[in-house]
Amino acid sequence: MTLSPAPYAGGVTEAAPFSSAELEHIRAQFPILRRDLHGHPLLYLDSAATAQKPSRVIEAEATFYREANAAVHRGAHTLAGEATELYEDARGTVARFLAVNDDEVIFTSNATEGLNLIAYAIGNASLGRGGAAAAPYALREGDEIVVTELEHHANLIPWQELAARTGATLRFIPVDDSGAIDVDAATGVIGARTRILAVSHVSNVTGAHSPLETLVPLARAAGALVVLDACQSAPHLPLRPRELDVDVAVFSGHKLYGPTGIGVLYGRAELLNALPPFLTGGSMITTVTMEGAEYLPAPQRFEPGTPRIAQAIGLAEAIRFVDELGFDRIAATEHQLGARLLAGLAELPGIRVLGAGIDAPRVALASVVVDGVHAHDAGQVLDNVGIAARVGHHCAQPLHRRLGVTASLRVSAGVHTTADEIDQAVAAIAGVRHFFGLTGENA
Amino acid sequence: MSGLEQLYQQIIMDHSKSPHGYGLTEGDVTSHQRNPVCGDEVTLALRWSADGTRVEEVAWEGSGCSISQASASLFATLATLAAEDAEAGNAWTPDDLQAFIDEFREALRSRGQIPLDEERFGDAAALSGVSKFVARVKCAMLAWVAAEDLLTRKAAGS
Repeated sequence: MTLSPAPYAGGVTEAAPFSSAELEHIRAQFPILRRDLHGHPLLYLDSAATAQKPSRVIEAEATFYREANAAVHRGAHTLAGEATELYEDARGTVARFLAVNDDEVIFTSNATEGLNLIAYAIGNASLGRGGAAAAPYALREGDEIVVTELEHHANLIPWQELAARTGATLRFIPVDDSGAIDVDAATGVIGARTRILAVSHVSNVTGAHSPLETLVPLARAAGALVVLDACQSAPHLPLRPRELDVDVAVFSGHKLYGPTGIGVLYGRAELLNALPPFLTGGSMITTVTMEGAEYLPAPQRFEPGTPRIAQAIGLAEAIRFVDELGFDRIAATEHQLGARLLAGLAELPGIRVLGAGIDAPRVALASVVVDGVHAHDAGQVLDNVGIAARVGHHCAQPLHRRLGVTASLRVSAGVHTTADEIDQAVAAIAGVRHFFGLTGENA
Repeated sequence: MSGLEQLYQQIIMDHSKSPHGYGLTEGDVTSHQRNPVCGDEVTLALRWSADGTRVEEVAWEGSGCSISQASASLFATLATLAAEDAEAGNAWTPDDLQAFIDEFREALRSRGQIPLDEERFGDAAALSGVSKFVARVKCAMLAWVAAEDLLTRKAAGS
């Protein structure tokens, strides 16, 4: 199949937001939106944790199991051939979604595995595995890995571990008091010793776009690899790793309206084919003896064992779903929702929104701290009226600690979110302090 | 009462705002329990009688949601009331304490099927409402798990 051409490259768009009729049509495709919670219709505002699934994605996965299930890349029977074709078609769909080559797309179990894959492959190169081809990527004492202070733990801990294994040093670009990446400080952190810059595209706590236009050129000037955590951008913005000039980008399928258990790692072909594997086993080799093995090029090199076939096919269907909606229109709609959310929250006394102000480029997501009320208690008040929002540190403890809080309440929109739902959420958040007996400016 | 009002009964709100037993001192043997999901923390000490057979006082410090903090406060209150009744022999022995912890856990994990006995648990019986909120049971358990950890360590002689 072919995806529609995607001239929209992110940023401000002239496209029209979805009309109410279009939104109704979108919402009708999500069966879970028909259920109730505590006598209220489900109001799902936790898409940043995991997105709900349209029927066509659920059906695509089920249809594969019902009609074409077989192991891929092995066996010669007809079904095996059909399954292999469907699986590789899914890879092609992802490749066109990212505007990259098919063999630059690795299916992983989730984004976390993708980040570990690249960290361990570099770690193995640092141990001398992969020979001369991998040697340029080996890390040693004195080398530096750079992340930011707002990273999700999945884009932090694998680098802590890689540094510990190789003797490299992990450094970070700080955030300012609002929670925005301190761009001025980046020049003092990214430098000649930097070998890897690992940064998120959009923060899962503040919803802000990272200043890649500043950070990536700094890393390039230092000759560093750039690894992009695109989990929070892939569902909202066109993701073009080549235009962003990054070497590696990862995202998860389940945040993009696809199944759980599937993620994607994009890597530049020459990088992937130079690095030694992370996980090893069947389906990734050319020749195996009792002494050793030779490995296939990417993507098979990084997909040992029976892969996530049904999940990959489900993800491809999810990509067709968002592609048909059009990222320019998704972005236009979510921009309005985000502005409405931030403006609504700004009116409320005793509510602090984490991250830079209303005007900073962001997705339709906000994490708030309610004065005098723990996030867990605030979330319970929302849950009581059917609103599913996230509470906790959102796997970003260092950022919360930096901002002086242990937890926050996060609301995040998806393609099915309406302006009315945003208003309901803002009203429910406004009611939290009242419920806990804290009303008025000085309470 | 709505589900939310069952969860946040006035007793719980009061204890979360004005906690009992709050404040550790140097030399307390403590157990630190943490809910990694939300960052709730409770550090708790059991202060034993000189012969080590009875709980004279429960002291704790912590931060987190109202359920976790109120539960620690209510636990401390329950222990203190038993100790104040010590002449009648009601201050908790390790076995008494373990029995309370077991009953509390059973009720909290019952999804609303088993209420806490008001005769035994007093004000802490207000925490019965938590059991219908599976995601919050761990919050309410923190202080009690800390006490259990201290009991286990005491039994092991450490």
